[in-house]
Amino acid sequence: MLDRQQVYLDNSAATRLDERVLEAMKPYFFDKYAVATSEFAYSQGIEAREVLDGAREALAVAIGAAPEEFIFTSGSTESSNIALKGVALALGSRKGNHLIVSKIEDFPVLNSTRALEKQGFQVTYLDVDSDGFVNLDKLRDSITNETILVSIQHANQEIGTIQDIENIGRICHEKGVLFHTDATHTFPRITLDVRRIPVDLITVSAHTIHGPKGMGGLYIRQGTRIAKWVDGGFQEFDLRAGLENIPGAVGFVKAIELVTPEETGQLQAMRDRIIDRILSEIPDTTLNGHRWKRLPQNANISFHFIEGESITLHLDMHGFAVSTGSACFSRSLEGSHVIFGIGGDHERVHGSIRFTFGRYNTMEDVDAVVRTLAEVARELRSISPLGKEEKEG
Amino acid sequence: MKFPYSETVLEHFRHPRNVGKIENADGKAIEGSPACGDMVAVYISVDPNTNKLTDIKFESYGCASNIATGSIITELAKGRTLDEAKKITWKQASEALGGLPKIKVHCSVLAVEGLRSAIENYEERHGLVKEKKPTTVEVVRKRLKKVMNPMAGLDLVRTNLVRDIEVKDGTVRVVIDLPPDHQFASAIKQEIMEKIEPLWDVKEVTVEFEG
Repeated sequence: MLDRQQVYLDNSAATRLDERVLEAMKPYFFDKYAVATSEFAYSQGIEAREVLDGAREALAVAIGAAPEEFIFTSGSTESSNIALKGVALALGSRKGNHLIVSKIEDFPVLNSTRALEKQGFQVTYLDVDSDGFVNLDKLRDSITNETILVSIQHANQEIGTIQDIENIGRICHEKGVLFHTDATHTFPRITLDVRRIPVDLITVSAHTIHGPKGMGGLYIRQGTRIAKWVDGGFQEFDLRAGLENIPGAVGFVKAIELVTPEETGQLQAMRDRIIDRILSEIPDTTLNGHRWKRLPQNANISFHFIEGESITLHLDMHGFAVSTGSACFSRSLEGSHVIFGIGGDHERVHGSIRFTFGRYNTMEDVDAVVRTLAEVARELRSISPLGKEEKEG
Repeated sequence: MKFPYSETVLEHFRHPRNVGKIENADGKAIEGSPACGDMVAVYISVDPNTNKLTDIKFESYGCASNIATGSIITELAKGRTLDEAKKITWKQASEALGGLPKIKVHCSVLAVEGLRSAIENYEERHGLVKEKKPTTVEVVRKRLKKVMNPMAGLDLVRTNLVRDIEVKDGTVRVVIDLPPDHQFASAIKQEIMEKIEPLWDVKEVTVEFEG
């Protein structure tokens, strides 16, 4: 742990920037700050173009794509907006007005489809099972002649469930429908090669892998019909206008280089340890999501009879940062749609705690948070009116 | 470190006062439910000669503001007469806590309502209701607004689950628009009974499920 005051276990919300990423980015803030758009005006512009092209190529290689199939964006929110709205804009009047997403997608996808519904598009929100998996037969049955796009995440932001995107993509392609996947939490820790997996659009982000915030990208398979959504200049193959974020692109590449299978293995070991220890040592706890087919860095557990914001606040006062699906935690006062989506009742939703690990966590952090959690759960349960009858009886 | 609550809220959150149950309490009430994210139970002991609260305890399932408000109202109410305690407002509780975030009003107001309901419960059980208003369909409906529909996180009335209410000769019949084998049927029935049975002129409550 870097700071004795704080053990940060919310790495799916944000990650600490790696110094090596910052070092790689630095020259492009001070000495080489020109943008690629200026390539025909002066030499710094040419250099900027070369750097941007190099970064693009590195990102494309990481998913087995060609450089011209990858555009940089300001993050996964923008990427998913471009994917859904861009396809809807391009195909809405040409092919059909129906989209399919899962119920447990992250908000960039869900709120894009809600915005599209207001524009007259029809959207199917697929149910998921108790582990969070989309049913492939239901998906196949939901595709109609009007369907233009299926968007199903690679892995879930809260419960970590990894979807079978290979077979999802296959179904989409059999039916001639485009397939978008949000890989914000898997890329590049879980391999996603577009030469093997039939996917047309992929959302990625640097913020989950110790890269810079405000940096993301979108893979767009060659030939995919997509309309420009962000208007302005002709950047990014005239698909996404806006000043090129060259330091961000360089930082994104560096962040990917620094992710290794060994490190991912360490995160997975922390995940497995926290799940095993909590489920065996703290009574009345339930794992949310599949035990194995989940993000290597994600554990999500509900503590029955107590409420998540109270748990996070107690943990915070002990120096641990985690997040919860409780309604009290969110500004909207709505409980997690993901845990409701897997059939959780209100109590399971409000008592859910998400732990997401990153490069700067250690096994000691895991043991320390479990110890504190056991105390916090005992304390909060002692003042809760729930769960007592069962024990007395 | 920075926290979204005042020092006093945090102090009451970490060390809540008067936590627990009173066995054979003279009055008790539960407000909220897991569905709305917060729930508070208030138990009171009353000296029948002075009408003062000799003891008060609470239990909370909820966020920091819910726990802290539960704690502070027990301190504000202890030793007061029933009439004084009934007049304690959310604003007073909030001020005593050094302020609460606006967005947390709904979580914290439950504790104040819990105290009032526990006192009402005592008064109903001990025949102290001054104006004995007869129970009407409207009175029942008002009480049902405090019973949560666990599927929606909102009350039964707002979510249109109350199909019918009949009040006749001390018998109250409530019809809920859910199948009898619904997973929440028994929980909802129990909550309705707890809210309606203490009314002074109610002799029998039946809850039926038709859906």
